[in-house]
Amino acid sequence: MIQKKFESTAHAVADIKDGATLLVGGFGGSGLPSQLVAALVKQGAKDLTVVSNNIGAVSEGVAALISNNQVKKIICSFPVGPHADDLIDRLQKGTIELEIVPQGTLAERIRAGGAGIPAFYTPTAVNTELGEGKETRVFNGREYVLEHAIVGDYAFIKAQRADRWGNIVYYKTQRNFNPVMATAARITIAEVNEIVEVGELNPENIVTPSIFVHRLVQVEPQREGKVLVNE
Amino acid sequence: MSNEQVIGWSKHELAARIALDLEDGWFVNLGIGIPTLVADFIPEGREIILHSENGLLGLGPKPAPGEEDPDLVNAGKEPITLKPGGCFFSQADSFAMIRGGHLDATILGAFQVSQFGDLASWKLPNSPLGRVGGAMDLTAGSKRVFLCMQHTTKKGEAKIVEECTYPLTTPRCVDRIYTELAVIDVTENGLIVIELAPNVTFEYVQERTAAPLKVQLQTVGASK
Repeated sequence: MIQKKFESTAHAVADIKDGATLLVGGFGGSGLPSQLVAALVKQGAKDLTVVSNNIGAVSEGVAALISNNQVKKIICSFPVGPHADDLIDRLQKGTIELEIVPQGTLAERIRAGGAGIPAFYTPTAVNTELGEGKETRVFNGREYVLEHAIVGDYAFIKAQRADRWGNIVYYKTQRNFNPVMATAARITIAEVNEIVEVGELNPENIVTPSIFVHRLVQVEPQREGKVLVNE
Repeated sequence: MSNEQVIGWSKHELAARIALDLEDGWFVNLGIGIPTLVADFIPEGREIILHSENGLLGLGPKPAPGEEDPDLVNAGKEPITLKPGGCFFSQADSFAMIRGGHLDATILGAFQVSQFGDLASWKLPNSPLGRVGGAMDLTAGSKRVFLCMQHTTKKGEAKIVEECTYPLTTPRCVDRIYTELAVIDVTENGLIVIELAPNVTFEYVQERTAAPLKVQLQTVGASK
Protein backbone atom coordinates (compact mmCIF):
# COMPACT_ATOMS: atom_id res chain seq x y z
CA MET A 1 0.00 0.00 0.00
CA ILE A 2 1.28 3.43 -0.87
CA GLN A 3 2.16 5.31 2.27
CA LYS A 4 3.84 8.69 1.88
CA LYS A 5 2.85 10.09 5.24
CA PHE A 6 5.71 10.86 7.65
CA GLU A 7 4.95 11.21 11.33
CA SER A 8 6.72 14.53 11.71
CA THR A 9 8.50 17.28 9.80
CA ALA A 10 11.72 16.15 11.53
CA HIS A 11 11.40 12.65 10.06
CA ALA A 12 10.51 14.03 6.64
CA VAL A 13 13.69 16.12 6.37
CA ALA A 14 16.05 13.80 8.30
CA ASP A 15 18.00 12.50 5.27
CA ILE A 16 18.81 15.88 3.67
CA LYS A 17 22.58 16.02 3.33
CA ASP A 18 25.08 18.87 3.28
CA GLY A 19 25.38 20.41 -0.17
CA ALA A 20 21.83 19.56 -1.26
CA THR A 21 19.83 21.76 -3.64
CA LEU A 22 16.48 22.68 -2.11
CA LEU A 23 13.46 24.31 -3.74
CA VAL A 24 11.20 26.16 -1.28
CA GLY A 25 7.70 27.19 -2.36
CA GLY A 26 5.82 30.29 -1.29
CA PHE A 27 5.48 33.94 -2.13
CA GLY A 28 6.38 35.85 1.00
CA GLY A 29 4.48 34.08 3.77
CA SER A 30 1.70 32.77 1.53
CA GLY A 31 2.20 29.12 0.62
CA LEU A 32 5.49 28.97 2.50
CA PRO A 33 6.23 25.50 3.93
CA SER A 34 7.50 27.15 7.08
CA GLN A 35 7.33 24.09 9.35
CA LEU A 36 9.49 22.01 7.01
CA VAL A 37 11.99 24.89 6.90
CA ALA A 38 11.94 25.07 10.71
CA ALA A 39 12.63 21.32 10.87
CA LEU A 40 15.58 21.72 8.52
CA VAL A 41 16.98 24.50 10.73
CA LYS A 42 16.95 22.00 13.62
CA GLN A 43 18.35 19.22 11.41
CA GLY A 44 21.26 21.45 10.49
CA ALA A 45 22.31 20.38 6.94
CA LYS A 46 24.83 22.88 5.60
CA ASP A 47 26.16 24.28 2.29
CA LEU A 48 22.68 24.22 0.83
CA THR A 49 21.73 25.79 -2.48
CA VAL A 50 18.26 27.23 -1.91
CA VAL A 51 15.87 28.24 -4.69
CA SER A 52 12.96 30.38 -3.51
CA ASN A 53 11.26 33.50 -4.83
CA ASN A 54 11.44 35.87 -1.85
CA ILE A 55 14.22 36.00 0.69
CA GLY A 56 13.60 37.99 3.86
CA ALA A 57 9.91 38.86 3.48
CA VAL A 58 9.16 36.84 6.60
CA SER A 59 11.42 35.60 9.42
CA GLU A 60 10.34 31.94 9.27
CA GLY A 61 11.27 31.37 5.63
CA VAL A 62 14.61 30.83 3.96
CA ALA A 63 15.86 33.75 6.08
CA ALA A 64 15.97 31.33 9.03
CA LEU A 65 18.30 28.97 7.12
CA ILE A 66 20.56 31.90 6.22
CA SER A 67 20.66 33.14 9.82
CA ASN A 68 21.66 29.62 10.89
CA ASN A 69 24.54 29.63 8.34
CA GLN A 70 23.20 26.64 6.40
CA VAL A 71 23.12 28.28 2.97
CA LYS A 72 25.93 28.45 0.41
CA LYS A 73 23.93 29.88 -2.47
CA ILE A 74 20.58 31.60 -2.95
CA ILE A 75 18.70 31.66 -6.26
CA CYS A 76 15.73 34.06 -6.07
CA SER A 77 13.98 37.04 -7.67
CA PHE A 78 13.39 39.27 -4.66
CA PRO A 79 16.10 39.29 -1.97
CA VAL A 80 14.59 42.27 -0.18
CA GLY A 81 12.44 42.55 2.92
CA PRO A 82 12.37 43.25 6.64
CA HIS A 83 14.24 40.00 7.38
CA ALA A 84 16.99 40.25 4.75
CA ASP A 85 19.66 41.69 7.10
CA ASP A 86 21.46 38.38 7.59
CA LEU A 87 21.56 37.82 3.84
CA ILE A 88 23.16 41.25 3.32
CA ASP A 89 25.60 40.49 6.15
CA ARG A 90 26.62 37.11 4.63
CA LEU A 91 26.97 38.71 1.19
CA GLN A 92 29.29 41.38 2.58
CA LYS A 93 31.35 38.68 4.34
CA GLY A 94 31.45 36.71 1.11
CA THR A 95 30.10 33.55 2.74
CA ILE A 96 27.01 33.33 0.55
CA GLU A 97 26.47 33.58 -3.19
CA LEU A 98 23.37 35.29 -4.60
CA GLU A 99 21.91 34.69 -8.06
CA ILE A 100 19.05 37.06 -8.88
CA VAL A 101 16.69 35.66 -11.53
CA PRO A 102 13.62 37.36 -13.02
CA GLN A 103 10.53 35.82 -11.44
CA GLY A 104 9.12 34.40 -14.67
CA THR A 105 12.49 33.02 -15.69
CA LEU A 106 12.79 31.41 -12.26
CA ALA A 107 9.38 29.77 -12.64
CA GLU A 108 10.19 28.58 -16.16
CA ARG A 109 13.64 27.25 -15.23
CA ILE A 110 11.96 25.14 -12.55
CA ARG A 111 9.15 24.11 -14.93
CA ALA A 112 11.75 23.08 -17.52
CA GLY A 113 13.64 21.11 -14.87
CA GLY A 114 10.52 19.17 -14.00
CA ALA A 115 9.60 18.64 -17.65
CA GLY A 116 12.96 17.27 -18.79
CA ILE A 117 13.94 20.32 -20.82
CA PRO A 118 17.56 21.32 -20.15
CA ALA A 119 17.36 24.93 -21.35
CA PHE A 120 15.11 27.37 -23.20
CA TYR A 121 15.13 30.80 -24.80
CA THR A 122 13.26 33.74 -23.25
CA PRO A 123 12.95 37.44 -24.17
CA THR A 124 13.20 38.42 -20.51
CA ALA A 125 16.49 40.11 -19.45
CA VAL A 126 17.85 40.57 -22.99
CA ASN A 127 20.43 43.40 -22.94
CA THR A 128 20.29 43.78 -19.17
CA GLU A 129 22.68 42.92 -16.35
CA LEU A 130 20.76 39.67 -15.71
CA GLY A 131 21.24 38.58 -19.32
CA GLU A 132 24.98 39.32 -19.40
CA GLY A 133 27.23 36.47 -20.47
CA LYS A 134 24.35 34.27 -21.57
CA GLU A 135 24.00 32.81 -25.04
CA THR A 136 21.57 34.72 -27.22
CA ARG A 137 19.75 33.86 -30.40
CA VAL A 138 17.40 35.73 -32.73
CA PHE A 139 14.04 34.19 -33.62
CA ASN A 140 11.71 36.04 -36.00
CA GLY A 141 13.73 39.23 -35.59
CA ARG A 142 13.69 39.30 -31.79
CA GLU A 143 16.59 38.50 -29.48
CA TYR A 144 16.30 35.89 -26.72
CA VAL A 145 18.63 34.62 -23.99
CA LEU A 146 19.29 30.99 -23.17
CA GLU A 147 18.32 30.01 -19.63
CA HIS A 148 19.09 26.66 -18.00
CA ALA A 149 16.72 24.39 -16.09
CA ILE A 150 16.76 24.07 -12.31
CA VAL A 151 16.35 20.67 -10.66
CA GLY A 152 16.33 20.17 -6.90
CA ASP A 153 17.39 17.28 -4.72
CA TYR A 154 14.41 18.19 -2.54
CA ALA A 155 11.39 20.48 -2.86
CA PHE A 156 9.44 21.77 0.14
CA ILE A 157 5.89 22.65 -0.80
CA LYS A 158 2.87 23.88 1.15
CA ALA A 159 -0.71 22.92 0.38
CA GLN A 160 -4.13 22.78 1.93
CA ARG A 161 -5.01 19.13 1.44
CA ALA A 162 -3.54 15.90 0.10
CA ASP A 163 -4.85 12.38 -0.23
CA ARG A 164 -2.87 9.33 0.86
CA TRP A 165 -1.32 8.95 -2.60
CA GLY A 166 -0.09 12.55 -2.56
CA ASN A 167 -2.58 14.19 -4.89
CA ILE A 168 -2.75 17.81 -3.85
CA VAL A 169 -5.12 20.78 -3.80
CA TYR A 170 -4.11 24.28 -2.76
CA TYR A 171 -5.84 27.23 -1.16
CA LYS A 172 -6.07 30.61 -2.94
CA THR A 173 -2.74 32.35 -3.68
CA GLN A 174 -0.94 29.79 -1.54
CA ARG A 175 -0.50 27.94 -4.83
CA ASN A 176 2.17 30.25 -6.38
CA PHE A 177 5.49 28.37 -6.83
CA ASN A 178 4.34 25.17 -5.12
CA PRO A 179 2.91 23.18 -8.07
CA VAL A 180 5.87 23.94 -10.34
CA MET A 181 8.47 23.18 -7.65
CA ALA A 182 6.71 19.90 -6.87
CA THR A 183 7.59 18.70 -10.38
CA ALA A 184 11.28 19.57 -10.27
CA ALA A 185 12.83 17.69 -7.37
CA ARG A 186 14.07 14.15 -6.80
CA ILE A 187 12.12 14.14 -3.51
CA THR A 188 9.16 16.48 -3.03
CA ILE A 189 7.95 16.90 0.54
CA ALA A 190 4.53 18.46 1.02
CA GLU A 191 3.47 20.18 4.24
CA VAL A 192 -0.32 20.00 4.29
CA ASN A 193 -3.06 20.91 6.72
CA GLU A 194 -5.05 17.76 6.05
CA ILE A 195 -4.52 14.27 4.62
CA VAL A 196 -7.65 12.50 3.37
CA GLU A 197 -8.31 8.99 2.02
CA VAL A 198 -7.87 8.25 -1.69
CA GLY A 199 -11.04 9.11 -3.58
CA GLU A 200 -12.05 11.99 -1.36
CA LEU A 201 -10.55 14.69 -3.59
CA ASN A 202 -12.47 15.63 -6.70
CA PRO A 203 -10.23 14.44 -9.56
CA GLU A 204 -11.19 17.55 -11.58
CA ASN A 205 -9.72 19.75 -8.85
CA ILE A 206 -6.37 18.06 -8.24
CA VAL A 207 -3.62 20.55 -9.11
CA THR A 208 -0.52 18.51 -8.30
CA PRO A 209 -0.89 14.82 -9.25
CA SER A 210 0.60 12.28 -6.85
CA ILE A 211 3.38 11.29 -9.25
CA PHE A 212 5.19 14.50 -8.24
CA VAL A 213 4.84 14.06 -4.46
CA HIS A 214 7.00 11.69 -2.42
CA ARG A 215 6.45 12.59 1.21
CA LEU A 216 3.55 14.10 3.15
CA VAL A 217 3.49 15.70 6.56
CA GLN A 218 0.32 16.89 8.20
CA VAL A 219 0.77 20.03 10.29
CA GLU A 220 -1.34 22.33 12.40
CA PRO A 221 -1.81 25.60 10.50
CA GLN A 222 0.28 28.18 12.33
CA ARG A 223 -0.51 31.32 10.42
CA GLU A 224 -4.19 31.58 11.31
CA GLY A 225 -5.21 35.22 11.43
CA LYS A 226 -1.65 36.42 10.90
CA VAL A 227 -1.52 38.81 8.01
CA LEU A 228 1.70 40.02 6.55
CA VAL A 229 1.65 43.74 5.90
CA ASN A 230 3.77 44.95 3.03
CA GLU A 231 7.09 46.39 4.18
CA MET B 1 7.52 68.86 5.21
CA SER B 2 8.52 70.75 2.11
CA ASN B 3 7.29 74.28 1.68
CA GLU B 4 6.96 73.72 -2.03
CA GLN B 5 3.40 73.85 -3.24
CA VAL B 6 2.07 70.64 -4.74
CA ILE B 7 2.03 71.09 -8.48
CA GLY B 8 0.11 68.91 -10.90
CA TRP B 9 -2.02 65.84 -10.24
CA SER B 10 -2.26 64.23 -6.80
CA LYS B 11 -1.55 60.49 -6.48
CA HIS B 12 -5.26 59.72 -6.65
CA GLU B 13 -5.84 62.04 -9.60
CA LEU B 14 -2.96 60.39 -11.40
CA ALA B 15 -4.37 56.91 -10.74
CA ALA B 16 -7.78 58.09 -11.99
CA ARG B 17 -6.18 59.56 -15.12
CA ILE B 18 -4.42 56.27 -15.92
CA ALA B 19 -7.64 54.32 -15.37
CA LEU B 20 -9.29 56.32 -18.17
CA ASP B 21 -6.91 54.72 -20.68
CA LEU B 22 -7.78 51.12 -19.77
CA GLU B 23 -10.29 49.66 -22.20
CA ASP B 24 -13.23 47.39 -21.53
CA GLY B 25 -12.13 43.76 -21.51
CA TRP B 26 -8.42 44.40 -20.97
CA PHE B 27 -6.26 42.16 -18.77
CA VAL B 28 -3.98 44.45 -16.78
CA ASN B 29 -1.17 43.96 -14.27
CA LEU B 30 -0.74 46.69 -11.65
CA GLY B 31 2.62 47.16 -9.94
CA ILE B 32 3.25 48.09 -6.33
CA GLY B 33 2.55 51.69 -5.18
CA ILE B 34 0.49 54.24 -7.13
CA PRO B 35 -0.37 51.67 -9.86
CA THR B 36 -2.27 49.68 -7.21
CA LEU B 37 -4.54 52.71 -6.72
CA VAL B 38 -5.64 52.53 -10.37
CA ALA B 39 -7.97 49.67 -9.42
CA ASP B 40 -10.12 52.09 -7.41
CA PHE B 41 -10.78 54.34 -10.42
CA ILE B 42 -11.87 52.00 -13.22
CA PRO B 43 -14.63 53.93 -15.04
CA GLU B 44 -18.10 52.54 -14.49
CA GLY B 45 -19.31 50.18 -17.18
CA ARG B 46 -15.84 48.88 -18.03
CA GLU B 47 -14.78 45.38 -17.02
CA ILE B 48 -11.02 45.33 -16.52
CA ILE B 49 -9.60 42.04 -15.27
CA LEU B 50 -6.62 42.62 -13.02
CA HIS B 51 -3.74 40.13 -12.95
CA SER B 52 -1.42 39.63 -10.02
CA GLU B 53 1.79 37.81 -10.89
CA ASN B 54 1.82 35.70 -7.74
CA GLY B 55 -0.99 33.76 -9.38
CA LEU B 56 -4.44 35.24 -9.80
CA LEU B 57 -6.78 36.92 -12.25
CA GLY B 58 -9.74 38.95 -11.05
CA LEU B 59 -8.13 40.92 -8.24
CA GLY B 60 -10.71 42.81 -6.20
CA PRO B 61 -10.54 45.63 -3.68
CA LYS B 62 -8.89 45.51 -0.27
CA PRO B 63 -10.79 43.38 2.28
CA ALA B 64 -12.62 45.02 5.16
CA PRO B 65 -10.63 45.13 8.42
CA GLY B 66 -10.75 41.72 10.05
CA GLU B 67 -11.56 40.00 6.73
CA GLU B 68 -7.93 39.63 5.61
CA ASP B 69 -6.74 36.18 4.54
CA PRO B 70 -2.96 35.59 4.67
CA ASP B 71 -3.29 33.25 1.70
CA LEU B 72 -5.13 35.76 -0.48
CA VAL B 73 -2.53 38.38 -1.32
CA ASN B 74 -1.32 40.48 -4.25
CA ALA B 75 2.21 40.77 -5.65
CA GLY B 76 2.99 43.31 -2.94
CA LYS B 77 2.03 40.60 -0.39
CA GLU B 78 -0.88 42.77 0.77
CA PRO B 79 -4.28 41.20 1.57
CA ILE B 80 -6.75 41.54 -1.31
CA THR B 81 -10.03 39.99 -2.43
CA LEU B 82 -11.02 37.93 -5.46
CA LYS B 83 -13.84 39.11 -7.72
CA PRO B 84 -16.52 36.70 -8.98
CA GLY B 85 -14.97 35.07 -12.05
CA GLY B 86 -11.51 35.29 -10.57
CA CYS B 87 -9.17 32.30 -10.39
CA PHE B 88 -5.83 31.05 -9.09
CA PHE B 89 -2.93 29.47 -10.96
CA SER B 90 0.73 28.56 -10.54
CA GLN B 91 3.76 30.77 -11.22
CA ALA B 92 4.53 28.92 -14.43
CA ASP B 93 1.04 29.70 -15.76
CA SER B 94 1.14 33.25 -14.45
CA PHE B 95 4.32 34.01 -16.36
CA ALA B 96 3.11 32.16 -19.45
CA MET B 97 0.36 34.80 -19.47
CA ILE B 98 2.93 37.56 -19.00
CA ARG B 99 5.71 36.39 -21.29
CA GLY B 100 3.32 34.98 -23.84
CA GLY B 101 1.93 38.44 -24.63
CA HIS B 102 -1.53 37.87 -23.14
CA LEU B 103 -1.62 40.95 -20.91
CA ASP B 104 -3.01 44.07 -22.56
CA ALA B 105 -1.09 46.39 -20.27
CA THR B 106 1.26 46.48 -17.35
CA ILE B 107 1.49 49.58 -15.18
CA LEU B 108 4.55 50.04 -12.99
CA GLY B 109 6.91 52.53 -11.41
CA ALA B 110 10.43 53.47 -12.50
CA PHE B 111 13.75 54.92 -11.37
CA GLN B 112 14.52 56.18 -14.89
CA VAL B 113 13.15 56.01 -18.41
CA SER B 114 15.02 57.05 -21.54
CA GLN B 115 13.79 58.92 -24.59
CA PHE B 116 13.76 55.55 -26.40
CA GLY B 117 11.57 53.86 -23.80
CA ASP B 118 14.40 52.04 -22.02
CA LEU B 119 13.26 51.29 -18.48
CA ALA B 120 15.33 51.16 -15.27
CA SER B 121 13.28 50.08 -12.27
CA TRP B 122 14.84 47.18 -10.40
CA LYS B 123 18.24 48.10 -9.03
CA LEU B 124 20.21 51.08 -7.85
CA PRO B 125 23.67 51.48 -9.42
CA ASN B 126 26.37 49.54 -7.54
CA SER B 127 23.87 47.89 -5.19
CA PRO B 128 24.61 44.21 -4.44
CA LEU B 129 20.87 43.57 -4.25
CA GLY B 130 18.10 44.20 -6.71
CA ARG B 131 14.39 43.67 -6.48
CA VAL B 132 13.62 42.32 -9.92
CA GLY B 133 10.57 40.21 -9.10
CA GLY B 134 8.42 40.02 -12.22
CA ALA B 135 9.39 43.44 -13.64
CA MET B 136 11.61 42.15 -16.45
CA ASP B 137 9.09 39.55 -17.59
CA LEU B 138 6.18 42.00 -17.39
CA THR B 139 7.93 44.69 -19.41
CA ALA B 140 9.33 42.25 -21.97
CA GLY B 141 6.01 40.46 -22.46
CA SER B 142 3.03 42.82 -22.06
CA LYS B 143 1.35 44.36 -25.10
CA ARG B 144 1.66 47.84 -23.55
CA VAL B 145 3.94 49.15 -20.83
CA PHE B 146 2.66 52.20 -18.96
CA LEU B 147 4.88 53.91 -16.41
CA CYS B 148 3.43 55.70 -13.44
CA MET B 149 5.99 57.78 -11.59
CA GLN B 150 6.98 61.08 -10.03
CA HIS B 151 8.39 63.33 -12.74
CA THR B 152 11.66 63.89 -10.84
CA THR B 153 13.46 62.33 -7.87
CA LYS B 154 12.94 63.74 -4.39
CA LYS B 155 16.12 65.77 -4.95
CA GLY B 156 14.65 67.21 -8.15
CA GLU B 157 16.79 65.19 -10.59
CA ALA B 158 15.19 64.29 -13.91
CA LYS B 159 13.98 60.69 -14.20
CA ILE B 160 13.16 61.03 -17.90
CA VAL B 161 16.60 61.07 -19.50
CA GLU B 162 18.44 60.69 -22.82
CA GLU B 163 20.16 57.44 -21.71
CA CYS B 164 19.49 55.49 -18.51
CA THR B 165 22.43 55.37 -16.09
CA TYR B 166 20.72 52.84 -13.79
CA PRO B 167 20.70 49.09 -14.61
CA LEU B 168 18.04 48.37 -17.24
CA THR B 169 14.91 46.36 -16.61
CA THR B 170 14.05 46.04 -20.29
CA PRO B 171 15.30 48.18 -23.20
CA ARG B 172 12.84 49.84 -25.60
CA CYS B 173 9.71 48.71 -23.80
CA VAL B 174 7.82 51.76 -22.49
CA ASP B 175 4.79 53.02 -24.44
CA ARG B 176 3.46 55.78 -22.23
CA ILE B 177 4.66 57.72 -19.15
CA TYR B 178 2.26 59.19 -16.59
CA THR B 179 3.66 61.67 -14.07
CA GLU B 180 2.07 64.26 -11.80
CA LEU B 181 2.87 66.83 -14.51
CA ALA B 182 2.04 65.24 -17.84
CA VAL B 183 1.18 62.24 -19.97
CA ILE B 184 4.00 61.49 -22.41
CA ASP B 185 4.03 58.99 -25.26
CA VAL B 186 7.23 57.24 -26.32
CA THR B 187 7.23 57.17 -30.12
CA GLU B 188 9.61 56.60 -33.01
CA ASN B 189 9.70 60.40 -33.26
CA GLY B 190 10.76 60.80 -29.63
CA LEU B 191 8.89 61.78 -26.49
CA ILE B 192 5.59 63.53 -27.13
CA VAL B 193 3.62 65.29 -24.40
CA ILE B 194 -0.02 64.44 -25.09
CA GLU B 195 -1.51 65.96 -21.97
CA LEU B 196 -0.53 68.48 -19.29
CA ALA B 197 -1.83 68.53 -15.72
CA PRO B 198 -3.93 71.60 -14.85
CA ASN B 199 -1.85 74.81 -14.56
CA VAL B 200 1.31 73.05 -15.78
CA THR B 201 3.03 74.45 -18.86
CA PHE B 202 5.02 72.53 -21.47
CA GLU B 203 8.09 74.61 -20.58
CA TYR B 204 7.75 73.63 -16.90
CA VAL B 205 7.72 69.95 -17.89
CA GLN B 206 10.66 70.32 -20.30
CA GLU B 207 12.76 72.04 -17.60
CA ARG B 208 12.33 68.95 -15.41
CA THR B 209 13.06 66.46 -18.19
CA ALA B 210 16.60 65.59 -19.34
CA ALA B 211 15.54 64.58 -22.86
CA PRO B 212 13.91 66.59 -25.64
CA LEU B 213 10.10 66.70 -25.58
CA LYS B 214 7.62 67.56 -28.29
CA VAL B 215 4.04 68.51 -27.68
CA GLN B 216 0.90 67.27 -29.43
CA LEU B 217 -2.01 67.56 -27.02
CA GLN B 218 -4.76 64.95 -27.34
CA THR B 219 -8.23 64.44 -25.93
CA VAL B 220 -8.15 62.87 -22.48
CA GLY B 221 -8.46 59.12 -22.53
CA ALA B 222 -7.42 58.63 -26.16
CA SER B 223 -6.26 55.04 -26.37
CA LYS B 224 -2.88 53.99 -27.55
